[in-house]
Amino acid sequence: MPRWGMVIDLKRCVGCNACTIACKQEHGTPPDIHFARVVTREVGTYPHTKRTFLPLLCNHCEDAPCERVCPTGATYIRPDGIVMVDADKCIGCRACAVACPYLNRHFIEPGLLHAGYSGNGDLTPFERLKFAAFQEGTMTKCTFCAHRVDQGLEPACVVTCPTEARVFGDLDDPNGRLSQLIEERKGWTLLPECGTKPCVYYLDEEERRPSDQ
Amino acid sequence: MSDETGSLTTRMMHEDLIRPVVFTGRRFYLAVALLGLIVLWGLAAWGYQVRTGMGVAGINSPVFWGVYIATYIFFIGISNAGTLISAMLRLSHAGWRHPVTRCAEAITVFALMVGGMFPLIHLGRVWKFYWLIPYPNERGLWPNFHSPLVWDFMAINTYLLGSFVYLYLPMLPDLALIRDRVNGWRRRFYGLLALGWSGTPVEWHRLEKAISILAVVIIPVAISMHSVVAWDFSVALKPMWHSTIFAPYFVVGALFSGIAILIVAMVILRRVFHLEAYLEPIHFNNLGLLLLMFCCLWLYFTFAEYLVTWYGHLPDEMAPFRFRVEGSLAPFFWGMVLMNFVIPVPILAVRKTRTVTGCLVASLSILIGMWLERYLIVVGTLSRPRLEFAWGHYAPTWVEMSILAGTIAYFILLYVLFSKLFPIISIWEFKQGRRLRERRPTRDVPVMADEPFPGVMLDD
Repeated sequence: MPRWGMVIDLKRCVGCNACTIACKQEHGTPPDIHFARVVTREVGTYPHTKRTFLPLLCNHCEDAPCERVCPTGATYIRPDGIVMVDADKCIGCRACAVACPYLNRHFIEPGLLHAGYSGNGDLTPFERLKFAAFQEGTMTKCTFCAHRVDQGLEPACVVTCPTEARVFGDLDDPNGRLSQLIEERKGWTLLPECGTKPCVYYLDEEERRPSDQ
Repeated sequence: MSDETGSLTTRMMHEDLIRPVVFTGRRFYLAVALLGLIVLWGLAAWGYQVRTGMGVAGINSPVFWGVYIATYIFFIGISNAGTLISAMLRLSHAGWRHPVTRCAEAITVFALMVGGMFPLIHLGRVWKFYWLIPYPNERGLWPNFHSPLVWDFMAINTYLLGSFVYLYLPMLPDLALIRDRVNGWRRRFYGLLALGWSGTPVEWHRLEKAISILAVVIIPVAISMHSVVAWDFSVALKPMWHSTIFAPYFVVGALFSGIAILIVAMVILRRVFHLEAYLEPIHFNNLGLLLLMFCCLWLYFTFAEYLVTWYGHLPDEMAPFRFRVEGSLAPFFWGMVLMNFVIPVPILAVRKTRTVTGCLVASLSILIGMWLERYLIVVGTLSRPRLEFAWGHYAPTWVEMSILAGTIAYFILLYVLFSKLFPIISIWEFKQGRRLRERRPTRDVPVMADEPFPGVMLDD
């Protein structure tokens, strides 16, 4: 059984947000909900400043705090490490949203699905098709494109990335690309002090912010 | 105080304490109508929220929990106090406890009923709350016992059951007393509730035994209840939540606000039912001293919590710290310090101002201060998550404030109805306390042996 993970090379990321769009297309998430997103940050103090981009998605933590606190067991971890939400079981208490230190859990506020992207309730065929997968008043999150991964495809954000900054693969494979990249270029994860053991790694050392150490 | 109570005859006592049960004044209807209207308004707001969705509340990413959860901690806090205070006073044989216990126990039950509603109000799909109950079902659902919310659910229900029994059991002799003194439907009503109490020595003995067992058992239940509420927060990896002292900090805050609401309730009951001979200045003096002690304990815990955070100066921890102390929540923070310490301490520390009115002012100030503290804990941390690009803001909407007003009115309404239907001062315990004081026993008296049967008492 593989343990799926991702490496994001921040040196390659140009902040084009293609991943954000591809993710939105793939999942058709309700308005204002983005499983994949890119944060622009300014680091350093004048005159030594620069803008950097930080693509974000669910870290699919091995020791996921969101899974631990879910009262009904709606959040679960698949054997291949993908953290999923079973919307049928979710009662919308938002404990997972509070527990996740990365803010990668999204609450589908009731009404979002009815209003649609335009806000006037005129749903396009695309919206009707995609929104069927969501339930109002429940939590949703990035699935690592589990439906694609199960067919042997890579997640939408990975295939769309024009600079190939994202690499998807098996973290347990010692000779795989992920293991090599993480080892050679000193991959790091977000908020390691939280002990969540994320499966999404970032490259490389220089791009790390002080508190990520 | 013994002078005054000593002069109360049993007949006067029965008249004073049972009068509200049979006589209904205009003010009662007025109060019920007013509170009922506010409750209806809150219900309407809640209905609107269920229909339209949680979006009408101010919650957003990253502030997923708002006023509802803050008020939830507040109500659970005040619920913690009633039973705990009553049990501690009973176990320590505090001579002045007798008129205080029942008003305290009733606060517990009603605050818990109201507080327990908030996690449900805040659910995205409230109609599915019963999925938290572990029972075999065809959906293959089973709650996740690693989740603090499930602990919460269990703790609230255990405590609700326990504190209800703890309120009801000591009421039995009084219910029988009323049953024997009223007619018509009231006789049937109180007869049903009195469970056939006839006041034989065996019954008194068993009652006394049951109460002392319950008083011991309810203390760990009450403390664990509020600790579980604290763990809802402190087990999450959030700055300024993930703290080992959170559970005791919450328990101290709970007792603090609980004593305050008890004093407020006692002042109102004293005025409305003219219970000056029962709830005497000495009670307010003693409770005021207890409150003073908790003021200091609260400051100590708050200081310990904030000092360590500030001295450690971890960037993640400093963000919510600054947000509370000098950011946009600063008025709340300094308001809390003012209301919880600066205002009440001088009032309570000086004997001259530790009067009934003084205690009332201090208690009202503390109630507001403790609500602010709960709000700061919830919103102060959630607005400042570890990843700085996710920082956010929160402001309650009219729906949240309406539901808040509705639930507070509901709590008061329940209390008004209870104090109307049942004697709010435990008659038999009050008599027992008076007898004990008259005899000035030096040994540890098996108290119930002193108590004649209610039938006998009616005649003396």
